[in-house]
Amino acid sequence: MISPQQIETMIKAELPDAQIHIQDLTGGGDHYQVTVVSSQFAGKGLVQQHQLVYRALQQAMSCEAIHALALKTYTPEAWQNTQ
Amino acid sequence: MTPELKQRIDNLIKENKIIVFMKGTKLMPMCGFSNNVVQILNTLGVPFETVNVLDDYEIRQGIKEYSNWPTIPQVYINGQFVGGSDIMIELYQKGELQQMVEVALAS
Repeated sequence: MISPQQIETMIKAELPDAQIHIQDLTGGGDHYQVTVVSSQFAGKGLVQQHQLVYRALQQAMSCEAIHALALKTYTPEAWQNTQ
Repeated sequence: MTPELKQRIDNLIKENKIIVFMKGTKLMPMCGFSNNVVQILNTLGVPFETVNVLDDYEIRQGIKEYSNWPTIPQVYINGQFVGGSDIMIELYQKGELQQMVEVALAS
């Protein structure tokens, strides 16, 4: 189990400019949907963008504190286009 | 990772144009994320191979290191790591996945 605040802190440590939206899908603190918007995704493919977030959350993922993570990543420009 | 394990994964990816490392099987996915990927590929109506990582602890751990990707499922198309369930959904919705599999199957 992990709190949304902890997830946000971990992602911000890797991607300081990130805007982060976190949804606890089950209320159990281990199935999360996370949306991350960061300028550091610019010029990167989706695989690399997700790898950056996974790296930030590595510790929580490897010990399965986070059991399931649905992830969406956007550059600020791509995010504007979805709004 | 042992060289033998790396070789095993190399071969699986090389021998199958579309391969999914997943929990469970095509007919009985054991996880919602793995199920998403199977449903998308079924919808596209393309042939694909699957590896049930629940039956093979070595692959289950090894594929995460191999792809530098911490979660299952993992999809390879034409030898290229495509991603997991989230990326497959996104590529499918954008219509890009259809194109990728067509290119892979034609090559």
